[in-house]
Amino acid sequence: MPIAAAEVAQSLSTGWFLDHAWLVPLIPAIAFALIILFGKRLPMKGSEVGIISMAASLVISIGAAYQWIQRVHSGGKDTFIEPVVHTWSWWQSAGHSFTIGQSVDGLSVIVLLVVAFISTLVQIYSVEYLRGDRRYTHFFAALTLFSAGMLAMVVAEDMLFLLLGWEIMGLCSFILIGHWWEEDTNSRAALKAFLTVRIGDVGLLVGIAILYFSANEWTTKNLGVSGFSIRGISAWALSGEPNSTVIFLAAIALFVAAIGKSGQFPLHTWLPDAMAGPTPVSSLLHSSTMVVAGVFLVARLYPVFFTGFDILGTGSNFITVIGGITIVIAAALAFVQNDIKRVLAYSTVSQLGYMMLGLGAGAWMPAVFHIFTHAFFKACLFLCAGSISHSASHHSFDMKRDMGGLRKYMPITFATWIISTLALSGVFPFSGFFSKDEIIDNVGHNGYNTFMVIGLIGAFMTAAYMTRATYLTFFGSPRGNSAVAHSEHDAGAHSPHESNWLITVPLILLAVLALGSGFLNATPFGEKWERLNEWVDPRPVESASLESVEGAAPIVPAASTEEAHGESVCGTATPENGVCFAPQLQHAPFKWSKAGLSLAIVLAGILLSWSASAALYTRKDRRLVGLTQRNPVLRVGYNVLANKYYLDALYENVIVRSIAGPIAKGAYWFNQKVLDGVLHSFVFASRGVANWVYRNIDQKVVDGAVNSTGNVTRSAGGALQPVQSGKVSQYGALLFSAAAVAALVLVIVNT
Amino acid sequence: MVAQNIGFAIIAAMMVVGALRVVTTSNVVHAALWLVVVLAGVAAQYLLLAAEFVAITQVLVYIGAVMVLFLFGTMLTRSRIGRQSDLNNTYWKLGIPVALVVFVAMAIALANSFGTEKLPSDASVVSTQQVSDQIFGPYLLPFWALSFVLLAAVIGAIVLARKD
Amino acid sequence: MLVNQFLFLAAVIFCIGVYGVVARRNAVLVLMSIELILNSVNLNLIAFSLRNGSVDGQTFALYVIAIAAAEVGVGLGLVLLVYRNRRSISLDDLSEMKG
Repeated sequence: MPIAAAEVAQSLSTGWFLDHAWLVPLIPAIAFALIILFGKRLPMKGSEVGIISMAASLVISIGAAYQWIQRVHSGGKDTFIEPVVHTWSWWQSAGHSFTIGQSVDGLSVIVLLVVAFISTLVQIYSVEYLRGDRRYTHFFAALTLFSAGMLAMVVAEDMLFLLLGWEIMGLCSFILIGHWWEEDTNSRAALKAFLTVRIGDVGLLVGIAILYFSANEWTTKNLGVSGFSIRGISAWALSGEPNSTVIFLAAIALFVAAIGKSGQFPLHTWLPDAMAGPTPVSSLLHSSTMVVAGVFLVARLYPVFFTGFDILGTGSNFITVIGGITIVIAAALAFVQNDIKRVLAYSTVSQLGYMMLGLGAGAWMPAVFHIFTHAFFKACLFLCAGSISHSASHHSFDMKRDMGGLRKYMPITFATWIISTLALSGVFPFSGFFSKDEIIDNVGHNGYNTFMVIGLIGAFMTAAYMTRATYLTFFGSPRGNSAVAHSEHDAGAHSPHESNWLITVPLILLAVLALGSGFLNATPFGEKWERLNEWVDPRPVESASLESVEGAAPIVPAASTEEAHGESVCGTATPENGVCFAPQLQHAPFKWSKAGLSLAIVLAGILLSWSASAALYTRKDRRLVGLTQRNPVLRVGYNVLANKYYLDALYENVIVRSIAGPIAKGAYWFNQKVLDGVLHSFVFASRGVANWVYRNIDQKVVDGAVNSTGNVTRSAGGALQPVQSGKVSQYGALLFSAAAVAALVLVIVNT
Repeated sequence: MVAQNIGFAIIAAMMVVGALRVVTTSNVVHAALWLVVVLAGVAAQYLLLAAEFVAITQVLVYIGAVMVLFLFGTMLTRSRIGRQSDLNNTYWKLGIPVALVVFVAMAIALANSFGTEKLPSDASVVSTQQVSDQIFGPYLLPFWALSFVLLAAVIGAIVLARKD
Repeated sequence: MLVNQFLFLAAVIFCIGVYGVVARRNAVLVLMSIELILNSVNLNLIAFSLRNGSVDGQTFALYVIAIAAAEVGVGLGLVLLVYRNRRSISLDDLSEMKG
């Protein structure tokens, strides 16, 4: 086939870990089964199986990452580094074969690392945190299953497998949030989480269906894969072939799923309530891994969104609008929370808004990088909160009532918290600076100026509320439970103390990463420091072949019409020799002035918040205390925030109640009276008809005919019977009379 | 001719009465006797019809033998002497219309066929000689057949009436 | 003398005989009625013989008399046999051929 020499994909290096990356989800899945079956009988009640399996997955992920880097280096600078794909067909039907398999590229590797690493740490953490819990084994089983699901989603080669992983994650989220379901709030929170995400999942199903039915023909013809294949869909989206309305609808549908899963406005209401689950769950699922599944979906199927929403072509689109709104409203809500986990939850929602904003504005790499860094510092923050509740505030998370001045008692927790907070706020040189700043920078560079401003405002608010939370928790004097001696914990401890090494070691590890992971893609320092750009960023160059696909047909040149050539967004105008899998994106050049502006904003936020907190909470400045109650404007604002913009009231009281109540009753009435009524009337009518037919036609007419035949015969026989009486005289009479009559007739006839 | 007509009328009346009494009387012996009257009347009519040999034969055979036979039969079947009330069967009323119909039929036929045709008035009495000439002449075969019939009848009667 | 007077007489006797056959219960009386019938037939024959001027009618009448005698003999023999077996000669009782 005619392939330009510069674009020949020489065989890229691969390795055992890359080829066997499908083991990464498989091992935890097997571990889940083992924990369920045998966990209770094991010495550590199943947690050892979970930790070992996650560690194994981590090892394979690290190996895969290493081999991926080698693969990238083996390919050269401008080559498209193809993902390592292995598929198995597990069912064939109607000419389509359903496959299951892996497709590992840079994005998969980076997210695999994140998930495997944090899962391992959280499992180790949970050993201490949930010691003696009533459902210890099942907790670890659910945790392991969750990891299996997320890892499966990450390596998935086709949409069905991705959907499988997605749904497993949803299920495990439900199980884990409702871990202590005996309390009503917890079970309701679990249901709320599950159902809200489910609403978004409708979008996922619709999107998969739209994409399959639109893309299948093109992908089977040109690439030899089905319309479920992610690479196939990506190539199709960028080929200029799809109808713009179809791909727009598919993009909207898929983004709705991302809104649900990643807690974007308006389906964000479940995330803060999900904090009812144990802290390791909040740390693993609801900050670093599960909630980024939506972001991952958008990043994975980026060509669909790129084409569907015409990113880089306009100054605003659906994704950026949602992302921008989410950033601001969540940050505002974080100011009025007293529960430390809720502050972190809203912070997560806000940061997810950043990632979505980045993706929506064409800043793909910065958004993915932010996934990477956010995972570490947010997980660390949550684990710190857990550490505080475990060892200081006696299982309370209320900052105002039960915490305060804990920096003296919990130095390690304090240090890791501060590091992570600075990373979250985006202070140089912590990791958050590199990733969040990149997003804001690229958003502005790509023409989304309003959203850049929103991003900067969000950064200010982030710094502010985190400072408030820090102040309330670690400064001032101990309040409530922190001030009281409690003796249920470690023998001899009478006051807040630092936690066990099982808790602090993960904290330290995460803090180190929160500090250092930024340097993996430190744009300020020049291109040599932009490692992730090199390793993960998909090259938009046409791929010449799909040789790594088992049994795939060699590539057939893409639609060779003139329009297709002109509309290619691959960077070259004529993809006559292949298809491209990723759109051409740009990176904003780094300027210290822009960085300096954002740093200044962040520092301003920190200082303002610090002084306000000190004035309000410590000195109880008269002007500030009760300000929101006295000032009517502020009071309204406070009430709106306290009631979470009345969204929960809208969802639960208006939407859910109206459906559960009148609409459900109406539907039930309709079903019983109208539908069943129609059915019953049919039955009555046919029964009536049948009865009538039976009585009149069958009994009277049909039987009547039969009976009357018999009766007539009998009566005729009966009538004729007396003739044969055996009496001679009678015979004689008959004879004579008959003869006489005959004679008469003859006589009359003849005269 | 008038004398013959009057004679005929008287004898015919006697015959009809007698026949009616035969079929209506409730005494079997009386019925037999009335039958004798009828038979005698028939013989008288034969005389009027110039058939003297047949008349004599009628008297000899019918009245002399057949009626005696009847009387023997009546005796042997233990018919009650005197009145019997059950000599008519259940449907005897059926006979009247039957008889009437038959009579009407025949009457119409006769009236239409013969009207007022007269018998030849100058016919001489048929002698025995003529009768025997016919019997032993053209009708000899029936005469022999008749003898066989009589023989069969006699043997049959004996067989039937035998007490075995 | 009219032919018809004899014929009518014969018809009357015939019908009376028919009535007797139908109406009488006693077998002997039925046979007597049959005699009436036969006699009426004979009368007819003789009347026609005179009318036609031939002797054949009388010859035939003689034969009828002979046959009648034979028939009465056999008939009465049957009646006797029936009487011996059933002790009754009522025709009403002799209805074995009843259908």
